[in-house]
Amino acid sequence: MSKDQEILDSITSQEYQWGFESNIDQEIAAIGLSEDTIRFISKKKNEPEWMLEWRLKAFEIWKSMPEPNWQNLEYAPVDFQSISYYAEPKKKTLNSLDELDPEIKATYDKLGIPLEEQKLLAGVAVDAVLDSVSVVTTYKERLAQDGIIFCSFSEAVHEHPELVKKYLGSVVPVADNYFSALNCAVFSDGSFVYIPKGVRCPMELSTYFRINAKNTGQFERTLIIADDHSYVSYLEGCTAPQRDENQLHAAVVELVAMEHAEIKYSTVQNWFPGDKDGKGGIYNFVTKRGACLGNHSKISWTQVETGSAVTWKYPSCILKGDYSVGEFYSVAVTNNFQQADTGTKMIHTGKHTRSRIVSKGISAGKSQNSYRGLVRVNKRAEGARNFSQCDSLLLGDRCGAHTFPYFEILNNSANVEHEATTSKIGEDILFYFRQRGIGEEDAVAMIVNGYAKEVLDQLPMEFAVEAKKLLAISLEGSVG
Amino acid sequence: MLQIKNLHAQIEGKPILKGINLEVKAGTVHAIMGPNGSGKSTLSSVIAGREEYEVTEGEIWFNGVNILELEPEERAREGLFLAFQYPIEIPGVSNANFIKMAVNEVRKHKGLESLSATDFLKLMREKAALVGLKDDFLKRSVNAGFSGGEKKRNEIFQLAMLDPKLSILDETDSGLDIDALRTVAEGVNALKNSENAFLVITHYQRLLDYIVPDVVHVLYDGRIVETGDKNLALKLEDQGYDWVIEKHKQEA
Repeated sequence: MSKDQEILDSITSQEYQWGFESNIDQEIAAIGLSEDTIRFISKKKNEPEWMLEWRLKAFEIWKSMPEPNWQNLEYAPVDFQSISYYAEPKKKTLNSLDELDPEIKATYDKLGIPLEEQKLLAGVAVDAVLDSVSVVTTYKERLAQDGIIFCSFSEAVHEHPELVKKYLGSVVPVADNYFSALNCAVFSDGSFVYIPKGVRCPMELSTYFRINAKNTGQFERTLIIADDHSYVSYLEGCTAPQRDENQLHAAVVELVAMEHAEIKYSTVQNWFPGDKDGKGGIYNFVTKRGACLGNHSKISWTQVETGSAVTWKYPSCILKGDYSVGEFYSVAVTNNFQQADTGTKMIHTGKHTRSRIVSKGISAGKSQNSYRGLVRVNKRAEGARNFSQCDSLLLGDRCGAHTFPYFEILNNSANVEHEATTSKIGEDILFYFRQRGIGEEDAVAMIVNGYAKEVLDQLPMEFAVEAKKLLAISLEGSVG
Repeated sequence: MLQIKNLHAQIEGKPILKGINLEVKAGTVHAIMGPNGSGKSTLSSVIAGREEYEVTEGEIWFNGVNILELEPEERAREGLFLAFQYPIEIPGVSNANFIKMAVNEVRKHKGLESLSATDFLKLMREKAALVGLKDDFLKRSVNAGFSGGEKKRNEIFQLAMLDPKLSILDETDSGLDIDALRTVAEGVNALKNSENAFLVITHYQRLLDYIVPDVVHVLYDGRIVETGDKNLALKLEDQGYDWVIEKHKQEA
């Protein structure tokens, strides 16, 4: 923390160099970013003073940071002054599903999503989605019995300030990176989870059912704390494509696992990837990190990334507790003009810590797909072990796959293994399927599902079935 | 069953087939022989519908359907099977899943329901035994890490599962030892009946000792230049292709 403090001090003493300041009418939803914007957001959310102070400090830090450019991505610069940071009043609703983009509607149908749920996902104005509401209520009652806290982040700021104060920014420091700093300043809402000592959460926790906090917007903030000997499996996102007006997303997720605790975090990301010509689409700059603080704790990330025009995401684990375990299972699909630079960091600081990385990249169309991963074994981390498997699958010959593995091994007792493969689905393979009566799209689905099986197997059952369909849909039209 | 009329085809602008005429009737086995580069593999690729080859002239009729208008998978569902010279490896997709998908696509095309899991397993075991493949191969990825012989057996296994009307065996004998050759040939012979037909493409005569052809054609420079019975194959075995080349060089 002292280093952070140093940075903080140096930054706050600097001249304000960005010239962003402008007077914002308090009554109008702010376009652009300044201290006033942050005060406005905080006030709208009726936040306590400490929360506002924290945001303002983060804003000062963000202003001093350069935007990163080391990633293997090319995109038009984001104009941070043209974004509205408090979008709630502008939230557009549709009157019926007929107004929805027909392509999104077609995808809902292919995934077999019931009509009522389609309305919810598309943001159609409905009086109440009764089934879902009752599900939520039932969930909440059941969870409360075990003392589990599962609520929106805003609610947690009011109801559980001690926990929020203690852990917010403890895993991803404010100054960690440009986008996390931005998130700290302007985060909209998100989830908060606390699992008490010795409790095994009786159900998968899913943002999908956290109905009160839907439309959390582009700067989501999630904090999950698993106390000693507890267990939780958390599902983020949903296989259905989500309608979204915001182009920039910069979320932060922090996980904290105490002794013998286990957190399993699964994501299916399916934001709008842009059209076939590469126009539009979400920029997704996410910071996800878990800290295995306690001995024998475990954090496992599983992600299926199919959406967004640009993905910049490295769910990581800090393995501080002795014998703690970090896992990263990823399938990242890019098609058309999508770009993904994703991977993980496994930081071994505790003794006999273990990590496992399984990354499966799939590139199609004219897309670019990069794996970037760091395995670091610190001096004190006796007996650390890592296994990394990074596979790339290319569909056609106009796409790219790149692997950037980094290893920083400071302890000689470490055991680190890295395997990488690249394969290509070319005309020959497709012709073989077709000669047996199997059409191209079924062929691609079979190959991709076989290839991604090890990762899909990590997902909860229902999610896995949908994720398989999603992979096939994402790659439609990518061959031939 | 199969009628090829004046077929011309080229790849990247280079003519390979220069007027093929061929008729194959149900219940017969035709062999296509010829020196290297005569167009044997091109012929099988064009019939199966490989898109790299451009048909510039001619027709291919298969059971009354002009198959040049069909996609490769549609041709397959109509009952056209190609046993590949170089079977493709497909990591991550098991033989069982692959063939199940293929069989169900063909059944769907015929208006039949999918086979039950039990019936399917029974059928797979029966056909695997026919070509001397052990059950555990079904769980392995398609052709991945298979020996040359196993790959060719797998082709005949798939043929047996799909029960096509016309099977084209493209150099199925290449890379096979004598035992595998015999197993493969026995498999084919067991599948032969009065309803189906085989087009056996080969450079050497030895496969034809086991799969006895009714008609033998010699392909040279993109045309069928000789047609005869099995004795033609024996003559080629004995004298090689030089006399064919000598005789037809002028035309080429």
